[in-house]
Amino acid sequence: MTAEELAQVNDIVVVGVGGQGILLATDIIANVFIASGYDVKKSEVHGMAQRGGSVESHVRRDRERVSSPLISFGQADVVLSFELMEALRYAHFVRPDGAVLYSTQRIPTVAMAAGESEYPADIGRQLETRCRIALPVDAMSIARRTGNPRVANTVLVGALSHFTEVSADIWQEAVLDRVPEKAREVNRRAFAAGVRVAETLIGA
Amino acid sequence: MTEKLLTGNEAIASGAENSFVSVMVGYPGTPSTEIIENVAARDNSDIYAEWAPNEKVALEVAIGAALSGVRAMATMKHVGVNVAADPLMTATYMGVRGGLVIVTADDPGMHSSQNEQDNRNYAKFARVPMLEPSDSQEAHDMVGRSLDISETFDTPVFLRCTTRVSHSKSLVKETILSRPGARRGFERNPQKLVMIPANARGRHPKVQKRLRALQEFADEADYLNRIEWGNDRSVGIITGGIAYQYVREVRPEASVLKLGLSYPLPMKMIREFADAVDELFVVEELDPFWETEIRAAGIQVNGKECFPITGELSPSLVRTGLGEPIQTQHPDGPDEVEVPVRPPVLCPGCPHRGVFAVLSELGLIVTGDIGCYSLGVMPPLSAMDTLTCMGASIGQAMGMEKALGDDAPDTVAVIGDSTFMHSGMTALTDVVYNDGHVTTIILDNHATAMTGHQAHPGAGLAAQQKGGRRADLEKLVRGLGVDDVARVDPYDLDEVKQAVRSAGQNNAASVIIAERPCVLLDRALPGHRFSVGDDCTGCGICLRIGCPALSRTDAGTVQIDTVLCTHCGMCAQVCDFDAIERRDESS
Ligand SMILES: Cc1ncc(C[n+]2csc(CCOP(=O)(O)OP(=O)(O)O)c2C)c(N)n1
Repeated sequence: MTAEELAQVNDIVVVGVGGQGILLATDIIANVFIASGYDVKKSEVHGMAQRGGSVESHVRRDRERVSSPLISFGQADVVLSFELMEALRYAHFVRPDGAVLYSTQRIPTVAMAAGESEYPADIGRQLETRCRIALPVDAMSIARRTGNPRVANTVLVGALSHFTEVSADIWQEAVLDRVPEKAREVNRRAFAAGVRVAETLIGA
Repeated sequence: MTEKLLTGNEAIASGAENSFVSVMVGYPGTPSTEIIENVAARDNSDIYAEWAPNEKVALEVAIGAALSGVRAMATMKHVGVNVAADPLMTATYMGVRGGLVIVTADDPGMHSSQNEQDNRNYAKFARVPMLEPSDSQEAHDMVGRSLDISETFDTPVFLRCTTRVSHSKSLVKETILSRPGARRGFERNPQKLVMIPANARGRHPKVQKRLRALQEFADEADYLNRIEWGNDRSVGIITGGIAYQYVREVRPEASVLKLGLSYPLPMKMIREFADAVDELFVVEELDPFWETEIRAAGIQVNGKECFPITGELSPSLVRTGLGEPIQTQHPDGPDEVEVPVRPPVLCPGCPHRGVFAVLSELGLIVTGDIGCYSLGVMPPLSAMDTLTCMGASIGQAMGMEKALGDDAPDTVAVIGDSTFMHSGMTALTDVVYNDGHVTTIILDNHATAMTGHQAHPGAGLAAQQKGGRRADLEKLVRGLGVDDVARVDPYDLDEVKQAVRSAGQNNAASVIIAERPCVLLDRALPGHRFSVGDDCTGCGICLRIGCPALSRTDAGTVQIDTVLCTHCGMCAQVCDFDAIERRDESS
């Protein structure tokens, strides 16, 4: 992507399953944008949905002023999904020349776990037809290799950082700011791994 | 001055601090909960904050504080105002001394609610002014404005938020807002404060007079209501709350009349605005509240024929409502993509699961109530048959019993501990008093779990972590006259089943207290782990308890996700083949 395109990544929808750390991720994104001198708004979901339901959180930035905390359908520059099927559920938010970054992790619903319904097939291909970039990130395996499956989020935020003009250092600072001292090192590695995935797939 | 990224709720908490509020009382309810939580979490705050057992009590405590000349706030979700409506409708006659603000957090779209009532109607119903912020800065500032209005006009004031304001973050400059205008101390004034009919008759005309004064004020309060003229005067848009942000987003050039005061309306300003534009739209979420008022004043507007009357608005809906198609190659709404639903579920290890596994197996009719345990209605447990409002389970079971007599199906009422303290006790009294035989199961998980584990009287520990005496549920129900009281561990399915059967055979009111702390509070169950052994036949009976840690393997047997599993052991209890084995941690 060109520098100009990167600076136009303003509207990001982060989705996943309740309990995956989506609100923390959008907090980090918001802090990065504020530190870069933007007006920022984000919307969250609390309550019922946090009990393992489908969760979405929007973050937006603008040099002047952000009005709506919600992004319209077809207007998100990036949809970042922490789970495979959730990427498809919210794909209608991404603009046709935008990007979907998604974890390939599959979390079955209770109905699926009981064998009453099937996890949808072909999600990657469906996502490709909907936007310019559909980037699968095997965040779970990468996180495991890094040393801790819990840092899958950091891998994904690392990949996302590559889609903005803000330097990876600033992003990494914002991530490390929000993790306990003893988890810093593993998060540092996870973040770097995420950046590398994005570099390999869309170029440095 | 630095700006902070705050949710609407955090901003209200900060606004309260910056307006020298003395007393804040609430009952948890999404999306209002974090207001009290944020105040309570502040170190060295001068504000006294508490969780009341329900919203009626919360408002009464706040009224008492305001009558004592200090500033007070009561916070609740939209349906909480129904519970507090009784004191509200008469407090409006009495007026206040210190500022009194009621925060109502409405939930259009029902993210976490049983209905989506529009509480602007309460403002009109109670003749109480209502302010409505559209972002966190306004939420912060309007706390001070509301308190000032309350003291100036001697009236309670509503501050109404919606989920998208309460739970969105935007940048806030935190400044001192306003100072209390009343003298501390209670002053006797029975004509004004003791609402026997003779006194209330004297007060009602004063309420109407106050309303007229507020209507004039609405037209002058340009810091609340303002016209933003755009280049385009062919269309004028009247809007407020979060809808204002959507309008600004999709029509940056439009002429907009932004309402910060949702009630009463600045009718002069609206008339001037209407005269200056060719066509007028009202963009408001839920009810045609402003539209109706404006039409009643003889002004023509476009409203609910362009925008939905149900659910949340969104920039996309505002754009189409104003007659502009969505600009994308694939305007697929969420409904056009077929993705399996992912409803919320009871957590792995949730103690409620034990009770619902038994009720599901016994096939009883279950009158339900509100809390995490409402998820007992979801498949595969599918063990709830009614849910109306907090506290309704017990009365409804009583009604079924009295209606059908001997023909009544075997029924139990299921209610959470916080909900029981909120409004279940009075219904249980009805059962005892009127000789009902209802079996009530109180799910005692020591918390108001649904809204984020707030304490309540049955759990002890007060909001600010000081004191908090625990009500003893067993003594309480015995005190109401229930003799048949059983205590069970919801993890022990046989014990639960025994208790339900025995209560059902008893011809009197029975209460079963199923007690175990919420698994999110008390997660570590030491000593053992569970795994599926070779004896698994793949019969799937364990999957009927709906635990997210269990799933089928490709081979058709069952596996346990060791990250999610909390070792509660319920799956092992239901397995007919002893295929789910318990291993000691040490081995
Ligand atoms: C009048 C009213 N106030 C508040 C709420 C929000 N609310 C729903 S359930 C609930 C209490 C849940 O606590 P509890 O009964 O202990 O069940 P748990 O979630 O712990 O299982 C609250 C506060 C509501 N729905 N209605």
